[in-house]
Amino acid sequence: MAGFLQQVIVGLGTGAIYASLALALVLIYRFTGIVNFAQGELAMFSAYVAWQFTAVGVPFWLALVLALVVSFAGGMLIERVIIRPVEGAPELTVVIVTVGLFIFVNAAAGWIWTFLIKDFPNPFPGGALEMGGLSVGFGTLGVFAVVGIVMGLLYLLFQHTKIGLGMRAVSTNPESARLVGIRVGWTLALGWGLAATVGAVSGVLVAPLLFLEPNMMGGVLIYAFAAATLGGFDSPVGAVVGGLVVGVAETLAGAYVTAIGPDLKVGVPLAIILGVLLLRPQGLFGRAVVERA
Amino acid sequence: MRLSAIGRTAVTATLLIAAAACGGRDSGEAGGTQATGATGGQCAGQQTTGITDTSLKLGGIYPLSGPASAYGAIPKGIKAYFDYVNAEKGGIGGRKVEFVVRDDGYQPPKAVEEARRLVEQEQVFALFQTLGTPSTTATWDYTNQQKVPQVFVATGASVWGTDTEHPWTIGWQPNYVSEARVYAQFLKKEHPDAKVAVLYQNDDFGKDLLGGFKNAISGTKITIAAEQSYEVSDPTVDPQMRNLAESKADVFLNVTTPKFGSQALAADAKNASWNPLHIVNNVAASITVLKPVGFENVQGVVSATYYKDPVDPTWAEDAEMKLYKAKMQQYAPDADPQVPYHAFGWAAASSFHKAMEAAKCPTREGLRDSVRNLQGVQVDMLLPGVKLETGQGDGFPIESLQLMRFKGERWELFGDVIDTRKEFGPLTG
Amino acid sequence: MSESTQVSDRTTTREQAPVRPGATKWRWAAAAALLAAAVYAPFQLVPFHVFQLTMVLIYAVALLGLNLLVGHAGQISLGHGAFFAVGAYTAAILLDRWDAPYPLTLPVAALVAFVLGLAFGVPAMRLRGLYLALVTLAIAIFLVPLLKRFEEVTGGSMGLSLAKPAPPAWTGLAEDQWLYFLALAVTVAAFLLAASLLRSRVGRALHAIRDNEAAAEVMGVRPAYYKTLAFAWSAMFAGIAGCVYTWVIGFVSPDSFVVNLSITLLAGLVVGGLGSLSGPVLGALFVMFVPSISQDINEAAPGVIFGLLIIAVMYVAPTGLAGLAGRATNSIKKTLRKG
Repeated sequence: MAGFLQQVIVGLGTGAIYASLALALVLIYRFTGIVNFAQGELAMFSAYVAWQFTAVGVPFWLALVLALVVSFAGGMLIERVIIRPVEGAPELTVVIVTVGLFIFVNAAAGWIWTFLIKDFPNPFPGGALEMGGLSVGFGTLGVFAVVGIVMGLLYLLFQHTKIGLGMRAVSTNPESARLVGIRVGWTLALGWGLAATVGAVSGVLVAPLLFLEPNMMGGVLIYAFAAATLGGFDSPVGAVVGGLVVGVAETLAGAYVTAIGPDLKVGVPLAIILGVLLLRPQGLFGRAVVERA
Repeated sequence: MRLSAIGRTAVTATLLIAAAACGGRDSGEAGGTQATGATGGQCAGQQTTGITDTSLKLGGIYPLSGPASAYGAIPKGIKAYFDYVNAEKGGIGGRKVEFVVRDDGYQPPKAVEEARRLVEQEQVFALFQTLGTPSTTATWDYTNQQKVPQVFVATGASVWGTDTEHPWTIGWQPNYVSEARVYAQFLKKEHPDAKVAVLYQNDDFGKDLLGGFKNAISGTKITIAAEQSYEVSDPTVDPQMRNLAESKADVFLNVTTPKFGSQALAADAKNASWNPLHIVNNVAASITVLKPVGFENVQGVVSATYYKDPVDPTWAEDAEMKLYKAKMQQYAPDADPQVPYHAFGWAAASSFHKAMEAAKCPTREGLRDSVRNLQGVQVDMLLPGVKLETGQGDGFPIESLQLMRFKGERWELFGDVIDTRKEFGPLTG
Repeated sequence: MSESTQVSDRTTTREQAPVRPGATKWRWAAAAALLAAAVYAPFQLVPFHVFQLTMVLIYAVALLGLNLLVGHAGQISLGHGAFFAVGAYTAAILLDRWDAPYPLTLPVAALVAFVLGLAFGVPAMRLRGLYLALVTLAIAIFLVPLLKRFEEVTGGSMGLSLAKPAPPAWTGLAEDQWLYFLALAVTVAAFLLAASLLRSRVGRALHAIRDNEAAAEVMGVRPAYYKTLAFAWSAMFAGIAGCVYTWVIGFVSPDSFVVNLSITLLAGLVVGGLGSLSGPVLGALFVMFVPSISQDINEAAPGVIFGLLIIAVMYVAPTGLAGLAGRATNSIKKTLRKG
């Protein structure tokens, strides 16, 4: 039994990593109505920015703040320079632009910082909390805490601020939003900036756990997609719950289902995405969309 | 009126074909040139494409893009070596070496394309290194049909040495089976009834090493208590490490590539209730893998190696190491000489230098025969006692390794250089 | 994802311009010229370039299939590399285990991919836009460890090496030329098949669904049925391309079909241009040649250039190179007419 509970804890730990990136995906979806395939790579790049600050001697927490600021500005800049010109183009064009961005950012990080692993400072103590034969790493607890805080902040932003209302209007119907006086362009840029910032938090959190190199987030992306799908693509609470469920399901399937085993556990997010979309397309916490022809 | 879809394609494609035809016609058929009688009786009729009295053209294929890009550092060390030899030694036997590097993104079809570009368009003398088992397997039928040497491929699969149908292709680094044998022998001596937990990458590399290890421990009291695989696309190996910890094995064999090596080392260090003897395979034994984990967390970890680690202070006063660091600074100022991939490239390039000098004929056939008949060739970047050795029925240039243990901030070599040929007999398919 | 995320809303109808009598003649002449050039090319080019063109043909067939799904049915697939792999592996396993004759591998690979496409198409028909993209992406990622799992059949991570089809003596062709002509024959057949498919009832139904699903449904078109069918057809073309790939490369391994292949295929198609017949060809040229051009520009980081080029094409030509080529030729014509 202790073994099983320990597996669940490991699953929650990896789930928190998925949740952190899923939050950024949800955020940009809420703001702009698109799925950003480059989100993970942007998070990785932000982690490198934070690393670069610490490497020149800036204390960790200050480096983190600077990296968040740079990421916010960078996100807005990307929206202005790269996304804006294709704004009116078909949806798929925007998707392909984010794919191009994915390839570009990944290669650029390798070009600037090489593909070797970087020594990323861990903001949390290295040990583990031992309790009743179970152990939880302090790093994992730290990730939980930060993910919880970010989730709370996003919830407040979505539900209780005018910006949150505005961005919902923009992503639902840009033309009508413009008519009622919402600055659509500004809102979209803000969405990219905020998503990049949340992504930066994710990158900095997971860098000490996954080890920082340009492909750090590549493997996380599909799990984060599964988390966001399970939670409902527009709910921050859903993203976190989804992330944790995906993490636990994947770990348990890998450990206890011999037909799956560690090699095929990447089938778990596939099964989850497919299952959710067929049974409850809006996800656990999402709002059902009523179609209108 | 607007042009039809087909019309547009026709215009574009015709232009393209015309452009390609103009660009390509003069390079002629890919047969290459042959040695004339003047070169000497025994070399007459052999292939001399890509080699003249003053030049030698080589091609290498590496992943410079995509998920395996870390290995893209290797050609930097090779280029620095050849630049140094060209500028200060007059080249290899008076021939200035030109080394053309192409990117395959670790994708086999791309590797085929690039191999053909190098052989047919660039007219290289030989392929000096293709990286990775998939890319090498995809190209070796082609290189052997064309009779182009494909030497010192950068992969440790045992098939390069055991295969008999591809004489033009040969490996260089110790194959994964030899390395596994070294660990097995170490355990037989130190932990004769060890229970071993294994984490391995689910590909040719992981399976070759694990398979070799299982063979080497058969008939002993050493047993495998648990084994877990991971995919290169997995974000983390933490769940696998959790499963292995439950086996309570007393030895942990870490068969991973760099990032996953760091993750496994960190997971082992974090787990206070499981403290096995940690053996990490050579691919992940670089200081650049251990340092991010924290040196205090990797004390006592065991591995094996065959070339000098630029970070290891043991070699601080070593002549070859000093030369390497100085020449890297001079010819590859952007590349950090501490990175072991650069030293790997340097060692492979200087091995090529020796093999080319030993060739009886300056021809493709000459190179093929030379790399298959290396007799105790000493390469200064390799550990003292590790020599290049090939011959009839032995297609593995390096089969010796030495064990090392991590202490303080560096690896410490211990025991003698282990020649796995002598200990276990030759490796056959 | 809401209504607004569908590709269908805004993917265009630009290829349905009425064909004038003069244009038809032009079209046939152009097709004949293109075919003549394609037949003539392998005798003029060095073997390496013949090989490159063969790969272009293979990618063109795969993109043609993807175009059926994305351009004509308005569905996004980020997993077409998986069906490409299924075709390639089907051919490889037939050749490796049963020494099957080469011509037989093609229909079997097509059939297997079609059936699998149908099986995945049933759940896929209920998904739209980016949701389908996510599912297909997950399939492409899942395929790699799956291929390794069934090692006895697939050769595991070492893959399978195969002999290439040898040119019959009577042709007098070199191996590269023979492979090129095989690929060319398959490509021509695939394009004819796709064209007739799109002119048929199925094609009209797909366009109706893409442009306005609700209206199509009211008129008695069953979207689920046709979308599933589009998915299956599209998978079949990818499988055919994969089969020819096995003939030409002579080696399959899980590493040949990682998720990058699927992403590159979709990017290639969108860059080439959706919904037209020229888009897949232009996209195939992009997929084949741009990575090596990127490397010539920046050897240290080819991905930087490749990523930028994708973004740049979308920036300059949001509807792909086919649209750009169309605009360019139109403006040239206008200029000529004035002068």
